[in-house]
Amino acid sequence: MFRFVMRRLMWALPMTLIITFVVYVALRVGTDPLASYLRVNQRASEKKIQQYIETNGLYEGFGGYVRGYLQWLQGFVTFDWPRSIKGSREVWPEFRDAMFNTLRLGLTATFLGILIGLSFGIFVALKPGGLRDATVSTSSFVAISTPPYVSALLLQLLFAVYWSKWFGQSLLPTSGVYPPGHRGFDLVLMIKHMILPVTVVVIQVVAVYARYMRASLLEVLNSEYMRTARSKGISERRVLVRHALRNALIPIVTVAAIDIGAILGGLIITERIFSYPGLGDFFLGAYDNGDFPQMMPWMFFFTLVVIAFNLLADVLYAVLDPRIRLG
Amino acid sequence: MTNEVVLSLRDFRVTFPTLFGDVQAVRGIDLDVRAGEIVGVVGESGSGKSVTFLGLMGLLPKGARISGSATVNGTELVGAPRQVLREVRGRKVAMIFQDPLSALNPTHRIGHQIVEMIRAHQSMSKAAAMERAIELLNDVGIPQPRERARQYPHEFSGGMRQRVMIAMAIANDPDVLIADEPTTALDVTVQAQILEILQKIQSERQAAIVLITHDLGVVARVADRVQGMYAGRVVERGPVAALYDHPSHPYTQGLLRSLPSVGRDRLVPIPGSPPNMIEPPSGCAFRVRCPHAIDRCSLEVPTLRVVGDLESACLRADELRSVGP
Amino acid sequence: MSPRRMAVRRFVKHRAALISLIILGIMVLFILLAPFTARYGVNEAVFKTSPEKPNSFLSPRGIAWLGTDDIGRDLYSRLIYGLRVSILIGLASAFFGTILGVAIGAVAGLRGGWIDDLLMRVTDLFLAFPFLVTLLVLRSVMSNVPWLKPIVGNPTSIRFVVILFVLFGWMGVARLMRGQVLALKEREFVEAARALGASNTRIVLRHLLPNSAGPILVALTFAVSGNIIAEATLGFFGYGPQPGAGATSLGKLVGGAKGALLPGYWWLVVFPCVILILVSLCVNFVGDGLRDATDPKLDGNR
Ligand SMILES: Nc1ncnc2c1ncn2[C@@H]1O[C@H](COP(=O)(O)OP(=O)(O)OP(=O)(O)O)[C@@H](O)[C@H]1O
Ligand SMILES: [Mg+2]
Repeated sequence: MFRFVMRRLMWALPMTLIITFVVYVALRVGTDPLASYLRVNQRASEKKIQQYIETNGLYEGFGGYVRGYLQWLQGFVTFDWPRSIKGSREVWPEFRDAMFNTLRLGLTATFLGILIGLSFGIFVALKPGGLRDATVSTSSFVAISTPPYVSALLLQLLFAVYWSKWFGQSLLPTSGVYPPGHRGFDLVLMIKHMILPVTVVVIQVVAVYARYMRASLLEVLNSEYMRTARSKGISERRVLVRHALRNALIPIVTVAAIDIGAILGGLIITERIFSYPGLGDFFLGAYDNGDFPQMMPWMFFFTLVVIAFNLLADVLYAVLDPRIRLG
Repeated sequence: MTNEVVLSLRDFRVTFPTLFGDVQAVRGIDLDVRAGEIVGVVGESGSGKSVTFLGLMGLLPKGARISGSATVNGTELVGAPRQVLREVRGRKVAMIFQDPLSALNPTHRIGHQIVEMIRAHQSMSKAAAMERAIELLNDVGIPQPRERARQYPHEFSGGMRQRVMIAMAIANDPDVLIADEPTTALDVTVQAQILEILQKIQSERQAAIVLITHDLGVVARVADRVQGMYAGRVVERGPVAALYDHPSHPYTQGLLRSLPSVGRDRLVPIPGSPPNMIEPPSGCAFRVRCPHAIDRCSLEVPTLRVVGDLESACLRADELRSVGP
Repeated sequence: MSPRRMAVRRFVKHRAALISLIILGIMVLFILLAPFTARYGVNEAVFKTSPEKPNSFLSPRGIAWLGTDDIGRDLYSRLIYGLRVSILIGLASAFFGTILGVAIGAVAGLRGGWIDDLLMRVTDLFLAFPFLVTLLVLRSVMSNVPWLKPIVGNPTSIRFVVILFVLFGWMGVARLMRGQVLALKEREFVEAARALGASNTRIVLRHLLPNSAGPILVALTFAVSGNIIAEATLGFFGYGPQPGAGATSLGKLVGGAKGALLPGYWWLVVFPCVILILVSLCVNFVGDGLRDATDPKLDGNR
């Protein structure tokens, strides 16, 4: 087991480097950091420009990209991050705040979504083919076909705009973490601001996991070892929990770990619509400005997350399913 | 053969309601199995062999309708409450399935699967049950049972897996062992070993064994009596030797002709295919494929009657008896 | 019954798929006959011919069934024209993306070795990253490489968006095709063809493709809805195509809903959203039906 994990870990490092290098080149080519700097700082002095080029390692040619990447990487790991092109702000504090906001939103929504989704999946798989199945399956199909910003728009229209029209006061806030001008920590306010964005993400997650769980559990329930389990004379409850649920959850755990990218993608969109100051909002803001110093840490961070979760998926699968050979 | 009857079926029927109509998989079966004997149940694919025995155990999908009577040691199983069925399963009647790889839970250790079976019916500590499981694995001829008990099904060969299934099935000393094509998925040498183990169980534990198969050769080797099935009904039954020597039902004759044996240079499969069980042919279901069918065959359902040492459900059994396989 | 007849029968039994197909058919009819079905031009304002000035933000009524937008254009007509562009983008990019994916997947499956490894790594990565981010980065790379300009065109053109989606959309199909090829490679008929000296291209075209037509068709269908949604997403966030003066797209219309929200012009929010959901839902249902119809594993009473 240990050797298996170590081997995967050793793979992960070069993977991270290669991928981030590719991303680096893509951003260098795609956003043209110098041009966007000049666009944002139109009256920058020659000296300032030169300094910007040097701190960011914006050398030309393939060799220059490699050198620039290594310079960037060194700065990144020593926390000596180049400043943003707009207003020359420090990147890390904003990034960190955004990260915590996203974590709070993402973890809540993912946890709730997976929990509810799995329950629906189980509920339906135990009695397939009936009205209950049709209802849940169709609604999850509708939810999957509805992009998050569409459900966000409709929710905002209903709970913010029309609610205040009908009842004189809006039910739920539609943007930010706190009302504008608010200072300090306030749990109730924070939760209120999270309800709509969390709902939007949860709808997606629930739909996806209800379908996964239904398919996985149905497959297990139709398998021959379920008949063997019943033929032993153990309780139906034990048959379902020990034999069916346990086995049905194995592929789901793996999917959940790999799916993190999709969930984060949904978060980015959701954050933007609700002006929620998270990593998605951070990225889109940086993208609009062509802010290279802000985008690179973001991309590096996401590459790490994606690779880490893929690794986790592999390891979890190997731990949970004895049929997977380690090595 | 004066042993008591442990498993008894009377007019046993199974029907599956489907979109296209009711599938009459089993249409009235009688069977008595006595302690210490091996009864072979043979028939082509789809003749209702598995459904019969899964049905009496209550292991069919929810929609299945079961009627008639099935008793184990006098306990009626048809329409019995869940609790009764649970007590019978694994304790009085145990089953072995065709494909042991898919019949064993891939994510549970072998030892645990047997322990679960033991503890379902005997109050025993986990450790004691594990010791018993290891003993059982040893009994069915698995080398190094202690180590093997900690492994998973995929780490076993096909034959070894089937031994595990057998060990699990005999864990609670059941009165009846139902083996549903236990050797079909195995190669010939392993087949012989598994059959030997079954015979050992029969003689040592005085268990009744129902051996379901479509291989008459397997039946000939180990069974005491045979029951031939076609389209959900019994067509012919009796002692093995008699059935082999002078079968009187054209279906059994056909099955025998399709069997490879010494001194025959050509296998003759039965022409045609099994009937649609939603609307099975009237009268004798086999008549549409039968070379000896007469008009009367479509009019009346033949019942079992004694013909020599056998019981046969063919109207022309007496004349056909001499034809031989 | 022939396999094709059986597939048709199974598709028809999937009621949602059948209804969806009918709805899609009606939609296609509407957009093909746009000059007749739409009541106004894309950019034509309601009341144009009357002496009054064009009325903006009219709620749904007789002269504008689904209301009007900020400069008085008829939402109903604009939805028809927008749907036309969106469906065109969805179909075109799904079609070319699938072709590219089939080609790459077949090569990877047949050749194996490092090509295969590389492909799997690249697709792993692409599929794991949040899709909006990937799209945006890819988009900016495409628009900033000078020598690509003549090929991909302006970032706001439809051609650009289609190429973007093709570059993004081949991966799923490639993995699928690779899997199919690996599975089919072992089968006798491919071996036989190879023994007879058939070339790889020939094997793919004559043997592998027909045998994996079902799953590919299903993937293609899901790609259509995926791309319609992707266009809407880009449009919603302001990165979408600007189909020129004579056209609009679902993405633009849904994007316009943002501004209409707070003032409470609900029709500008609800109708584009509903049409978007309806299109993607129907296409997905059809895909689901096709999957049931072409997957023999699902035979029987499930
Ligand atoms: N769940 C079900 N729904 C409908 N019909 C069924 C169901 N299960 C079995 N049948 C039908 O019942 C009949 C008998 O099946 P059964 O499995 O008992 O055959 P068998 O004699 O065991 O054949 P085999 O040698 O293939 O195992 C078949 O026609 C089968 O199609
Ligand atoms: Mg069977």
